[in-house]
Parts: sequence; structure tokens; C-alpha cells
Amino acid sequence: MMKWLKAKRWRPYVAGALIGFLSWFTFLTVDRPIGVSSAVVRTVAMAESVAAPQHVKTNLYFQKFPASIDWEWALVAGMLAGAALSSRLSGSASVERVPELWMRRFGPSVAKRYAAAFLGGVLLIGGARLAGGCTSGHGISGSLQLALSSWTFFLTLFASGVAAAAWLYGKEDRHG
Amino acid sequence: MAEPLSRIALGLLSGVLFGFVLEKAGVTRFETIVNQFRFRDFTVLKVMLTAIVIGGVGVHAFRALGWVHLSIKPAQMAAVIVGGLVFGVGMALLGYCPGTGIAAMATGSRHAAVGVLGMLVGAAVFAELYPWAASTILRVWNLGSVTLPDITGWPAWLILTLLTVVALGVFGLVERFEKRKV
Repeated sequence: MMKWLKAKRWRPYVAGALIGFLSWFTFLTVDRPIGVSSAVVRTVAMAESVAAPQHVKTNLYFQKFPASIDWEWALVAGMLAGAALSSRLSGSASVERVPELWMRRFGPSVAKRYAAAFLGGVLLIGGARLAGGCTSGHGISGSLQLALSSWTFFLTLFASGVAAAAWLYGKEDRHG
Repeated sequence: MAEPLSRIALGLLSGVLFGFVLEKAGVTRFETIVNQFRFRDFTVLKVMLTAIVIGGVGVHAFRALGWVHLSIKPAQMAAVIVGGLVFGVGMALLGYCPGTGIAAMATGSRHAAVGVLGMLVGAAVFAELYPWAASTILRVWNLGSVTLPDITGWPAWLILTLLTVVALGVFGLVERFEKRKV
């Protein structure tokens, strides 16, 4: 058991099956699908409540996702602990500023990588909130519920990601 | 606080398990995500399709027993498609999605933490633009909270069976493709 928990990687089918079982668990315990991106909105509502409480009260979107800790927010907080635990058990936790693949293509500049990562984050949540969910809420949870919106999102994001990755990282470093 | 403590505890527990499995799956690594889009690593597809098939069979069975309810996000098709396009670019740039980026931050990835900061700023911007979006793009081609069984008229079990067959076919092809490349 401990050896399994300390492993660096699990087979993707095993990990996928466990996420499937976890979705059974969340439906059976709280009758909710796994999701992540709305917790990000709640976090912003919490932060803005300190500086501009009146603005948060009147904003339509923060009325949908108010500055309070709900089940999903707790889930996202738990994810930090779970990933930290897993990576420390296996010894794979490491400080990474510029990933290798990025470095090969765009050089070692930390500022450049951080700028791209920041922009990527903005686009991710912009896209997710416009579509109503992310890779978790739409991609996994919505698809397993056979939602039309979620399959549309999943296929669109995949096509867009393939095109963007081809444009960004090109065809260099061909396998082998 | 509106949410009862028991639900918060269940959320935390589910999150710990989710974060743990994501890290073990290797999807908290930049290369795993980007190389899926470059068709050089099929981990993401394997994890997601397996989770969808197994999760889907269970959740639909529980639903038939009356134990759970589906929560179907509305098919506001214009917003879903534009959102998906923007999301895909963001995912290729950051090398994580929101969940895996947040998890990666906890494993020490500093650029993932910068990405999460970007997510917070993105959420703040979206909250300001939401009233505009709600009266425009979110209304365009809105089919409501429909499912694949709704639009095809086929029962969920049939679609799940087909999906399982397709997933197994994809896995078979991918495994062969990976063997050939090594």
C-alpha cells in the first residue's frame, strides 16, 4: 500500500478509473459533480470583499458565486493538500520556473515564461466562465453526465489546444 | 456560512483525493498537457476518457435508482464554443487547466502559481464583463440544459455503451501508436 502511495506515477487508466469512482462519491455524498473554476470566482469575491464590499454585493456575477466557502471551494482547497501530499510522498515535488519543453522553444527567461503563464491563466478562466465550466466541471463531470454543452466544450477546447500548441511549440524536437 | 460543515468536510476529502490522483496521473506536469495537444503523450486523453466512462456508468445507474440528480450545464452554444476556443489557447500557453494548475502549484511549480494568479485576475475581469455577456453571447443559440439522450432520443445506457466502445477503440489505437513510436 505504502509503495503504491509513494509511486511516482500511476497508470493513466488506473488514475482515470479512480477519478470516475470519485465522481460516484461526490454524487452520492453531496449530489454534486466535481468542478473547479467557480471556486476561483468565489476567491476573487472574497478578496474584493475586503477592498470593495459594496461592489461585490452589487455585481451580478458575484451574486451567483458569492464570497463564501462552499463544497466546491473546499474541494479546491483539498486539491492543494492532495497534490502536495502525493508529490512529497513520491519525491517528485520540485521548484519549476521554466519547464524544459518551454525552454527549448522560448529560452530560459523566467520573465517570459511567467508572462505567458499569466496570460494563459487569464484566458483559461475567461474561457471557462464564458463556457460555464473547465476541464473538470465540463470536461469530466459534464461529459460523464452526457451534457451537450460539455461535449461541445471538450471537443472545442481540444481542437483549439492542438492548434495553439502546434503554433506555439511547432514541430521541432520530433519524437525519437 | 451557508454550507454545513459536513459538506465542507466532504468537499475537502474529495479534493484531497482528486489532487492526489491528478498528481499521480502526471497531469500536474506541463509536458504531459502540452504533449497531449502535440499527440506525443496520451495520458490526458486516457485519464479523462476512463473517468468519463466509469463515472458515467455509475452516475447514470445511481440516477436510475433515484439516488442522485444530474446537474447539466446549459448549452449556450455560442458561449460554450468561444469559451472552449479561448480555453484551449490558455491551456496550451499555461500547460495546465485550472484544476491541474492549482494542483501543480502545490507540487512546487512556480509558473503554475503565476498562472493561478492570472486565473484570479481573469475571474475578476469576467465578473465585470458578465452583465454584458449575459445579455449578448450567453443568449445566442441557447439550447438549454440538454443532454445527448435528449437530442438524439436514444436512452442514456445506449449512448454510454457506444461511448465505452469508442473509448476502448481509441485506447487500442493509442497503445498501438505509442508502441510503434518507441
